Amino acid sequence: MKGPQSLIFELSSPGRTAASLPAPEVPTPNLSSLLPAHVLRNDPPGLPEVSEMDVVRHFVNLSQLNHSVDNGFYPLGSCTMKYNPKVNEDAARMPGFAQIHPDQDEATVQGAMELLYSMDRYLSELCGMSRFTFQPAAGAHGEITGLFVIRAYHESRGEHRTQVLVPDSAHGTNPASAAGAGMEIVVVKSDERGNVDVGDLRSKVGPSTAALMLTNPNTLGLFEENVREIAALVHGCGALLYYDGANANAIMGKSRPGDMGFDVVHLNVHKTLSTPHGGGGPGAGPVGVKSFLEPFLPAPLVKLDDATGMYVWDYDRPKSIGRVHSFNGNFGVVVKAWAYIRSMGPDGLKAASEHAVLAANYVMRKLQPYYDLPYDRDCKHECVLAGTRQKREHGVRTLDIAKRLLDFGFHAPTIYFPLIVDEAMMIEPTETESRETLDRFIDAMIKIAREAEEHPEVLHDAPHHTPVGRLDETAAARKPILRYTRES
Amino acid sequence: MGSPHRYIPNTRADVEAMLEAVGASCIDDLFADIPPEFKLDRPLAMPAALTEAELMPELSRLSSKCANADECASYLGAGIYDHYIPNAVDHLISRSEFYTAYTPYQAEVSQGTLQAIFEYQTMISELAGMEVSNASMYDAGTGTAEAAIMSCASTRRNKVLVSRAVNPRYRQVLQTYAAPRGIDVVEIDFCKRRGITPVSRVPADLAADAACLIVQSPNYFGIVEEMEQLGAAIHAAGGLFVAVVNPISLGILAPPGSYGADIAVGEGQSMGIPMSFGGPLLGFFATTGKLMRKMPGRLVGQTVDSSGRRGFVLTLQAREQHIRRESATSNICSNEALCALASTIYMSLMGPAGLRKVAETCLYRAHYLRDRIESVAGFTIPLSGPFFNEFVVRPSVCADDMNEELLAAGIIGGKPIGCEYPELSGCTLWAVTERRTREQLDTLIRELEVLA
Repeated sequence: MKGPQSLIFELSSPGRTAASLPAPEVPTPNLSSLLPAHVLRNDPPGLPEVSEMDVVRHFVNLSQLNHSVDNGFYPLGSCTMKYNPKVNEDAARMPGFAQIHPDQDEATVQGAMELLYSMDRYLSELCGMSRFTFQPAAGAHGEITGLFVIRAYHESRGEHRTQVLVPDSAHGTNPASAAGAGMEIVVVKSDERGNVDVGDLRSKVGPSTAALMLTNPNTLGLFEENVREIAALVHGCGALLYYDGANANAIMGKSRPGDMGFDVVHLNVHKTLSTPHGGGGPGAGPVGVKSFLEPFLPAPLVKLDDATGMYVWDYDRPKSIGRVHSFNGNFGVVVKAWAYIRSMGPDGLKAASEHAVLAANYVMRKLQPYYDLPYDRDCKHECVLAGTRQKREHGVRTLDIAKRLLDFGFHAPTIYFPLIVDEAMMIEPTETESRETLDRFIDAMIKIAREAEEHPEVLHDAPHHTPVGRLDETAAARKPILRYTRES
Repeated sequence: MGSPHRYIPNTRADVEAMLEAVGASCIDDLFADIPPEFKLDRPLAMPAALTEAELMPELSRLSSKCANADECASYLGAGIYDHYIPNAVDHLISRSEFYTAYTPYQAEVSQGTLQAIFEYQTMISELAGMEVSNASMYDAGTGTAEAAIMSCASTRRNKVLVSRAVNPRYRQVLQTYAAPRGIDVVEIDFCKRRGITPVSRVPADLAADAACLIVQSPNYFGIVEEMEQLGAAIHAAGGLFVAVVNPISLGILAPPGSYGADIAVGEGQSMGIPMSFGGPLLGFFATTGKLMRKMPGRLVGQTVDSSGRRGFVLTLQAREQHIRRESATSNICSNEALCALASTIYMSLMGPAGLRKVAETCLYRAHYLRDRIESVAGFTIPLSGPFFNEFVVRPSVCADDMNEELLAAGIIGGKPIGCEYPELSGCTLWAVTERRTREQLDTLIRELEVLA
């Protein structure tokens, strides 16, 4: 196991370089004859001076300090860390996708536009929506885009609705996105079955409500059984229903947000549609809407001109909310998701959701004797267990359990979320893991439960077999060091 | 549950054993909580699955319908540039351990990503001459919008000033984000002769209640602005100065920190990231130590582990949505970490001397082309300010016709900007990078001479 590595700045040696650049081949007068002296840089930036091999070894060594989908199981709830197919990487690197400029004439980018157009059709069918925009670069970006659309819709009707309802189990991005769209947040409680409390919703929905944001299945991994009643309540007062697609991996080909009554949807293609997460992006968060909201989508959209058979950019959208991205969104990521959908087909997508749900229930039932299960119902693609017993009886926190799992070569589940579950551990196995892998994970969790009883100190001090030991987050926040400086 | 698929490992026997373990007789038992009326009772209407061997030709069919910058000499810029990407960049970001990892929440098994982001934050800070950088935003457009929002939050003012010479698309994103929050966006006009934003257009009464002034340099027309004067004007009124910069230009141009910028944002695509039809991109975002805690987005900080060894963690998370929810500084969660990694590798390979050389080569070749075009009859240069690697050309012929002719010669001509700037109707914006050779530039001139 590799340990801590030098910073690349510490490898620097004056005069060393990896750059290989052409000569200018044109006149090279003094810079000050082309630009005013005062706009020129006096001191070079403190970038490292290293050889190509220094760079390669440094970053390969760094990569080996990471856990990743390609070197181990990643049961991180609400993140859908499924396998990232290799062919998709090759697809996005094809020159006709990677080496094209967004301002090229439409006639010179017909293949890319056809891909976006067909992706809109596939996602609309998958979600039961009418039209998608690909500008949002991530899930949260999709949320704020959807809320801008909802706001514009209400305003077009002369209504100034200021409140967004968000369940207490919601992702943190939901209230943050609603605040970003200039809305006030009203929290709706969950009931004892883990569903939205319909009575509480009824008391909070009203003429000021712009929308309810709902994840379904929700962050407890449970399907909102009363979704029809919820939709009726929300629509009944003129508000709209927003679908947070973070958990869409549970329902592909089984049920569609549009059919349940949702008006706006975002998908996290880096979750549901297999594109890699990249250590924190780039993702993509396409947003789909029902037909009555199409006029408000960000412009431009790709349109097929029936007369010429050409794909064109449709800028003539006077009710559009405007742009949310400088260009066309994360097109390179959308290419990967397109390749995934074509590789899976309708049967494969449905099978993916079925296998994902089976895997989550399997893990949940196998671990139920060892950990608390706050909501004892069949789950969808993820389950939420709790370390409350371990904390109460053995003084072991969920954080300790998570850190100990790292010693077994597994990534930890999402912990302390959703907020309504004490000592929450949210486990999402995904459909791309074999039964053998799930069994190894289950065995590790059972072993850790035993350790909590017999040797709690092993957990308190975990992890023991990782590149670094437990890191002091409090110290990092107290006196932030956010960059290397030569003096330090 | 369908036929076996290459991405789904569990066999029929596995499924049966698992169903038995959970006490279900069939898979649909586990979907019994979905109300029957919401169950999809038909297959999704989509093309049937392709094998990998069938998928690649289908992708090639689409890819081959696009004119790419490896085959054509492209002069498009306007925020996305065709720079040379050293081969090592793609090899290194193709390490599975980087690209198939999640956000580094479990720091002990994410030191690779965390240390790379720490190095990125350091390099961006160095390049921009600022004290701190975050881990990245989506692109320069959303970075600009977030800078405006942060300025409003930290000055408790509700109006932002933005030069009309800032990339129109960034201004459109800014407007989309500002309007619902009730932020008033006021545009400052540029000088039609020089193409710069004159400080006289930022009078004290206009700046008095402004949260910030946003200026891009080099601006949309490629022209270097008088940043020091503009920064002083907004500072005198108590507002913040937001600089939108091209990172390659910082190889030779004074960095935002040197002229007193409070926030520096920009598009990092130039540094090792392919154009990809406009995304994924890399919004970089840097600020002063004073404003550090008001920043949007992720931050990586240095700390120690249980045995005192150096390590890195996500820090100051109390600013972020997963902790602070509706009171967070931004809703951003996933950002562009792998693009930030690509740019970190690019900056490492270039070093200070390499970056300077890229910038100089772009500058020299752009000036050579500008001078040659100016000497071709029928082409004029309407804006006279000093420029970096982009410039505006007014052809006497119709811009679309010109570009159609050029395309036939394997050249992707400058971008028509008349829709964005009616006063520059008929004009085109040309970018020159180190990828455009002398031979290509001379070929272009010959083509233009024929046209004129």
